[in-house]
Amino acid sequence: MNDLENAADATAPLGVATPFALTGRKVLALLRELGAFALFLLMALARIFTLPLKPQRILEQIHFIGMKSLFVVALTGLFTGMVLGLQGYYVLIKFGSETALGVMVALALIRELGPVLTALMVTGRAGSSMAAEIGIMRISEQIDALDTMDIDPVKFLVSPRLAAAIVSFPLLTALFDVIGIMGGYLTGVIMLGVNSGTFMGRLENGVEWVDVSGGFLKSLAFAIIVSSVCCYLGYTTDRRGGGFGARGVGNATTAAVVTSSVLVLVFDYVLTSFLM
Amino acid sequence: MGEPLIEFVDIHKAFDQNVVLRGVNLAIPQGLVTTIIGRSGIGKSVLLKHVVGLLTPDSGEIRFHGRDLRRMSRSERRELKGKVSYMFQNNALFDSMTVFENIALPLEERTRMSKRDIRERVMRKIEQLELRDNENRYPAQLSGGMRKRVAFARALIMEPEIVLFDEPTTGLDPVRRQAVNDMIAHYQERFGYTAMIVSHDIPEVFEISQRVAMLDGGQILFEGTPAQILASTDPAVREFVYAGKNGSKRSHEKDNR
Repeated sequence: MNDLENAADATAPLGVATPFALTGRKVLALLRELGAFALFLLMALARIFTLPLKPQRILEQIHFIGMKSLFVVALTGLFTGMVLGLQGYYVLIKFGSETALGVMVALALIRELGPVLTALMVTGRAGSSMAAEIGIMRISEQIDALDTMDIDPVKFLVSPRLAAAIVSFPLLTALFDVIGIMGGYLTGVIMLGVNSGTFMGRLENGVEWVDVSGGFLKSLAFAIIVSSVCCYLGYTTDRRGGGFGARGVGNATTAAVVTSSVLVLVFDYVLTSFLM
Repeated sequence: MGEPLIEFVDIHKAFDQNVVLRGVNLAIPQGLVTTIIGRSGIGKSVLLKHVVGLLTPDSGEIRFHGRDLRRMSRSERRELKGKVSYMFQNNALFDSMTVFENIALPLEERTRMSKRDIRERVMRKIEQLELRDNENRYPAQLSGGMRKRVAFARALIMEPEIVLFDEPTTGLDPVRRQAVNDMIAHYQERFGYTAMIVSHDIPEVFEISQRVAMLDGGQILFEGTPAQILASTDPAVREFVYAGKNGSKRSHEKDNR
């Protein structure tokens, strides 16, 4: 490691080693960060179940992450379903198979858009505030204060959020799916005149349990990704370069939203390819 | 004086290239008030944070009743942590909790007391520290002096054996400073805790201290009673004690920043 750092030093003779040293250092830093994150996540998961269980705190977070996201999730679900109805009709009519509109809308929502868009919406609403809140507690030494009082900061701050996300995400996803299907019905059946019976009938026949369970699994994975990444980036605000104090918290919040969103999309691909 | 409660043995600590502590040796006697003085940025708070485990030394030992902190089992360390309270320089109050919730938190999290007992004990502390009628307000709604008292109440609520004060009077006017110092002394007499204070209030803080240590250049430059430090002939000690904290003439070698 030292040799590598020397090689990257500005005073070191210019040579082919410099870019390698820089890359090496970046990779090592990334590995260290990933290791720290994995430990943080495992610790937070384990502490959900260590005594004393504090269901009150988990309920408060369910209220914040789940309950308060209901409106925005319902609204986005409605419009997503409506646009799917329109776009789906446009494509299907070309093949004369507009009767398949119901099943197309439902599968797109249940398998894909429900879990992903719910996760992205909740990241924007609740994930950002998790990172900001924990980040401010970090820079104002409130986390250190918890530590000196022998109150485990991870159990106190992170575990309830993780548990609440695991409960809330699948439920919000289900809501998104149902309202989305209603949106598709609205545009497909009521506006464009697809037969109501065929819409619902094909939907019922076409959607299988494996589609629903796949979407459920995705929403669970996204719950863990979003809550742990946002909490971790807030929790480690002080360890990151690029700004102290308020700016540091701002950076952490931005990083939390961007990282969670990207990871949601990446893992969506990975999970889909495994579930197919 | 008896056996020291806390002992620092050859503590070294550096942050990257910045060496802060270079072999600190210091004994904190039980049941007394020990004050650490020294220039700003010299590492006094760093030293204090080692006691609660917020920082760990690069080398050296911290002993409680002669037992090395690192050799203690997990449960022993937890037990010890339960006996120590730390009052942060900026109070570190939980800003989205009310005064009551701030003070009650350690009791709720660490004990099995009933809600009623907690309420009774917290309200008593609120009375003692003259915070009555403020229990439902948030820290941001309080004055600087009141926030200090809330932090003090929170530090005392678990009836600790050791209380560490990190610049408890920073940012207060002279009258309030005196009040906080008196408060520390008053409760120390009443509850008998061992206190370690990092302070710049010279010479006021000497009135409430039984021991004084001066940190300079990463080491303990002087250790003794307040009377001894005031009578010290060491030029560095004299300059600091008599000229205040801006030891401008000697900033050549030991500036840590």
